[in-house]
Amino acid sequence: MLNLTVKQLAAELAAKRVSSVEVTQYFIKRINALGKALNAFISVDEARSLASARAADQLLAAGKGGPLTGIPLAHKDIFCAKGWLATCGSRILSNFVAPYDAHVIERFDQAGAVIAGKTNMDEFAMGSSNETSFYGPVKNPWDNAAVPGGSSGGSAAAVAARLVPAATGTDTGGSIRQPAAFTGICGLKPTYGVVSRYGMIAFASSLDQGGPFARTAEDLALLLNVMAGFDARDSTSLQREPEDYARELAQPLQGLRIGLPAEFFAAGLASDVARAVDAAIAEFRRLGCETVEVRLPNMRLSVPVYYVLAPAEASSNLARFDGVRYGYRAPEYSDLLDMYCKTRAQGFGAEVKRRILIGTYVLSHGYYDAYYIKAQKLRRLIAQDFAEAFRRCDVIMGPTTPTTAFNLGEKAGDPVQMYLSDIYTIAVNLAGLPGMSIPAGFGAGNHPVGLQLIGNYFREAKMLNAAHQYQQVTDWHLRLPPGIEAK
Amino acid sequence: MALTLDNVKRIANLARIEVAPHEAERVLAQLTGIFGLIEEMQAVNTDGIVPMSHSQDRVLRLREDAVTGSDQHTLFQAIAPQVEAGLYLVPKVIE
Repeated sequence: MLNLTVKQLAAELAAKRVSSVEVTQYFIKRINALGKALNAFISVDEARSLASARAADQLLAAGKGGPLTGIPLAHKDIFCAKGWLATCGSRILSNFVAPYDAHVIERFDQAGAVIAGKTNMDEFAMGSSNETSFYGPVKNPWDNAAVPGGSSGGSAAAVAARLVPAATGTDTGGSIRQPAAFTGICGLKPTYGVVSRYGMIAFASSLDQGGPFARTAEDLALLLNVMAGFDARDSTSLQREPEDYARELAQPLQGLRIGLPAEFFAAGLASDVARAVDAAIAEFRRLGCETVEVRLPNMRLSVPVYYVLAPAEASSNLARFDGVRYGYRAPEYSDLLDMYCKTRAQGFGAEVKRRILIGTYVLSHGYYDAYYIKAQKLRRLIAQDFAEAFRRCDVIMGPTTPTTAFNLGEKAGDPVQMYLSDIYTIAVNLAGLPGMSIPAGFGAGNHPVGLQLIGNYFREAKMLNAAHQYQQVTDWHLRLPPGIEAK
Repeated sequence: MALTLDNVKRIANLARIEVAPHEAERVLAQLTGIFGLIEEMQAVNTDGIVPMSHSQDRVLRLREDAVTGSDQHTLFQAIAPQVEAGLYLVPKVIE
């Protein structure tokens, strides 16, 4: 059971060689043991999960099962699931039991999937190491001294440690791709607007996008088939014909043009990551791909632009946490204003407060044009660079991160260094493009290296095709973190 | 544009986040470092570029101005810090 993919587990369930109750019990046992050591989960509710598993078994017995029926999945604690805590990794939502389901949760529920638990994350998805969580940091299953990445660190660690076969995350500046890279698994951020943000607690609404984590590209396609779809309750949800993201998986890669941006391979890229990424690209050439050099000259500005736009949107989105309608309220205060100020000072952690203050400043009178409008103009230049690059290639490839997983505490005291670790992922969110990370080898200390694939708008199926073909001739995605089997 | 302690106090008030006097210096130092990074934006000429707020320049979809939801106030107020007679309670603001 440990190493079965979602696709393989579904086949076992369909053939009735195993039941969803048995599968769910197996993984929850692992979550309760190894999951605790890694601090990967915030909520586990075995009785509730088993009730869903029993319902899934009935569907399967009636021959009404689909590709995900009976499969236990972990969800980032940013998604509202009715009756489950949805803390978003924050003290201010530490008592928030969601009164409704996110669109993504509804879709998985309709598909018969089982919620195995809610995963740990950086507070309000603001972080790259899972160290900003009110519930404490998550450990990387490959090296317990290292971070799993963030902000979806709990989901990534859970999939890497085989605590669940697949999971969900969200990606605002790299929060799916970077933890996928750090933990040696696959993660995909769809084109902006493909997955509904309804019930997904908002951080930066023009950038946030939900997506799946799994161990193979094929499994990502199966999950995305369920997650994607129009939802009238999200005003940015796109009205498009449903598509099968697995439809191109088997296509040969002969003639596929891979764009290699010089900026992805410049100073700042660690040599162990560069070696693994170069080897992966050589493998794609052996599969018949052509490589062309492309340029993203404004990519270097993506970090400063992001740290204006994301905090600006966050300062607005997080204004709703005021201690009145839900969540934490400070126990002592003198008047209404003091209640707001104390509730928010006590309820938010240091990084979240920092970003709210930055956002408030860049939106304030006299600074709006110099910061916010300037950043929006640069955002267009960054998006135009990609449009230009995609005239010459089908998929862009490069490293997901400049280094492999760094150590717990290594960057926690220096926000700027932490922000710069997302240099290769942020531009993709600013442009609204789909991106993914797949395992492509190991660097120093046996830390996994991620290869990033960036597709043109709505070309998720092409990225998944490239990743799947690569996984037919390599075995990096099958490697197991040391010692996790025994525990 | 160098940030000052007064800036920090002003934006903390606007953001409704209490920043204790002994914390303000540390917050200022961190924000100054981050704005050092942000200032790199100013090196690029963006005259004539149209600001981009949506990645595909789409206009937000509008809907009919019609009631679609149902009354769920009991459900939503069940998780509120303080409620009485269907109202959210806050400290008195009118003397």
